[in-house]
Amino acid sequence: MSEVKMQKVETKRPRMAVEIAGLKLKNPVMPASGTFGYGEEYAPYLDLNQLGAIVTKGLSLKPKAGNNTPRICETVSGMLNAIGLQNVGVDAFITHKMPFLEQINAPVIVNFFGNTQEEYAEVAARLDDVPGVAGLEMNISCPNVKHGGIVFGTEAVAAHEVVSLVRKQTSKPLIVKLTPNVTDIRVTARAVEDAGADAISLINTLTGMAVDVKTRKPRLANTIGGLSGPAIRPIAVRLVHQVVQEVSVPVIGIGGISRAVDALEFLIVGAKAVQVGTANFVDPNAMATIIDGLENFCQNEGIEDINELVGTLEV
Amino acid sequence: MKNYKTIILSNQEIAPGYCRMRILAPGYHKMASPGQFIMFRVQRSLPPLLRRPFGIFRIGCLPADCDGMPDKEYIEIIYKVVGSGTEIMQELHEGDRIELLGPLGRGFELGDPDEEKILVGGGIGLVPLFMLAEKLVETSRVRLLMGGRSREDIIAVTEFERLGVETYVSTEDGSLGEEGLVTQVLQRKLEKYPRASVFACGPMPMIDAVQKICAANKTPLQVSLEALMACGVGACLGCVVKGAGHSDAEPRYLCTCKHGPVFRAEQLDWNRLENQAADCGGCK
Ligand SMILES: Cc1cc2nc3c(=O)[nH]c(=O)nc-3n(C[C@H](O)[C@H](O)[C@H](O)COP(=O)(O)OP(=O)(O)OC[C@H]3O[C@@H](n4cnc5c(N)ncnc54)[C@H](O)[C@@H]3O)c2cc1C
Ligand SMILES: Cc1cc2nc3c(=O)[nH]c(=O)nc-3n(C[C@H](O)[C@H](O)[C@H](O)COP(=O)(O)O)c2cc1C
Ligand code: FES
Repeated sequence: MSEVKMQKVETKRPRMAVEIAGLKLKNPVMPASGTFGYGEEYAPYLDLNQLGAIVTKGLSLKPKAGNNTPRICETVSGMLNAIGLQNVGVDAFITHKMPFLEQINAPVIVNFFGNTQEEYAEVAARLDDVPGVAGLEMNISCPNVKHGGIVFGTEAVAAHEVVSLVRKQTSKPLIVKLTPNVTDIRVTARAVEDAGADAISLINTLTGMAVDVKTRKPRLANTIGGLSGPAIRPIAVRLVHQVVQEVSVPVIGIGGISRAVDALEFLIVGAKAVQVGTANFVDPNAMATIIDGLENFCQNEGIEDINELVGTLEV
Repeated sequence: MKNYKTIILSNQEIAPGYCRMRILAPGYHKMASPGQFIMFRVQRSLPPLLRRPFGIFRIGCLPADCDGMPDKEYIEIIYKVVGSGTEIMQELHEGDRIELLGPLGRGFELGDPDEEKILVGGGIGLVPLFMLAEKLVETSRVRLLMGGRSREDIIAVTEFERLGVETYVSTEDGSLGEEGLVTQVLQRKLEKYPRASVFACGPMPMIDAVQKICAANKTPLQVSLEALMACGVGACLGCVVKGAGHSDAEPRYLCTCKHGPVFRAEQLDWNRLENQAADCGGCK
């Protein structure tokens, strides 16, 4: 028998790293705000170091109580929530939650919100000094209490104003998170880009409602809540598709992602990265499975770098 | 705390509308304490989307097989069929693959062994009390007051008795045991055993009445609560209850999944809990 030299087949793993607004992520997968607490809640189930980034629960200037219960309700392939943005407040976050997050080998993106322009600006200013904070994600799906409760993100002018103001307060990468509850999302996307957003993430939840037919009461104490989960994915993909054509800043896709194929849809329409929300509740290991799945997909398709996939939609 | 992909060892109806499921769960003996719960993923496909929370009834172990299979540690849950998820669970069979997240939350504090222990429960509220009773009987005198609307709500009586627990049954319609509310029985027992401590789990109106009696008697009380849950690990903030001293200016929310489901009575804001209970479509 002739000697056959065993050649080690070098299977080259695809490059998974992406860059968004100067943030270097080892892969394009991160949690969606409000579904991953402050990171530590999921540490027993998932190695947080493997995530592209960590995105915190939305923070406000002062601690926020949130809504009455019931705050959640399951719907067909989705859920409604009206948590009411309960959070510990920016100062407690910096003292009590940041030390844990600083140990994680992944950029920390802090989600924040306000009910006035000034509040937004002040939270951004406080976070600007915190070294462990890699970037900010600004949730503009909040009512402006000084303007009859109109949601900042539903009016291009209001969105432009508040993002411009925040832009002046921070040198950190600023991601603006859009609400889908608008007539034409391209208008708000353009407005926030023009106001200085370094990146755009979408979608936040779609407003929805469910009724208990026996008691004839709304299922949520707040009556109306935000719909998330697999049920919203086609809408989210469509909105991301529309936004990437409109803006030149990078886009992060969110909405109903629970498997690698779901994430791929967003990348193909043009998102540079994705956030996983409700799926974390169903499977605490969901993001790890998605990261593996993305890598395997690239490998099988002969894609050397995941960035090659972004925006490859054939129409 | 772990997320297991595991299998069902058995799944049977034990009373009309109640089923008992045995699930392979290595390591639970060491990890789980009485009062903790699990999040059960009903099936890998959708719907139902969210996991369902269930208390741990007991932990057991099947001895090693002669063919060399190791010990099989398992948990048992008892569930009432009430909706989409439990309807699917009822159809599951031995060998079916499921996912289990747990053990979760904070369980009961066992307290001073010399004290009398009174457990109060009804319906599925009896579930977490079994594992608690198993522990308590090792050191203390344990009495269990079981109550419910009718005889269907009284489950696992003989099993509790086999542990050496003194059981007292009452039903509102008198179909089993004494006719009336379990709280009347509690009132009498506390007069007889004023130094007892109380552990309760059941429908919110019952828990609330128990709290009033215990507060009046200055009796230490621990309660196990139910809440609608999405994550089970303290991340979604869907399952909160108002803690003692809560106000809008100084919110003191506690997560039922993480800080509970068992709370010492003094941790909670009872005025507000009553109102919340009325809101909670889930509470039976
Ligand atoms: C800590 C804890 C321990 C529990 N232990 C037990 C137990 O040992 N045995 C048992 O039979 N039941 C127990 N329950 C209640 C059990 O979780 C619900 O009966 C079950 O989730 C109903 O699911 P379903 O899909 O059949 O009902 P559906 O009404 O179709 O469920 C819809 C949604 O509401 C939620 N939900 C409905 N009822 C309740 C409820 N009472 N509490 C919490 N969520 C609810 C479901 O999880 C689901 O998200 C416990 C609940 C909690 C919070
Ligand atoms: C329980 C819950 C809490 C949320 N809290 C926030 C929040 O604080 N800030 C925010 O910008 N988005 C919040 N969201 C929206 C998510 O970040 C995400 O945009 C949305 O859920 C859609 O993604 P999904 O379908 O993957 O869940 C929350 C969603 C859920 C389900
Ligand atoms: S169930 Fe999510 S915080 Fe308790």
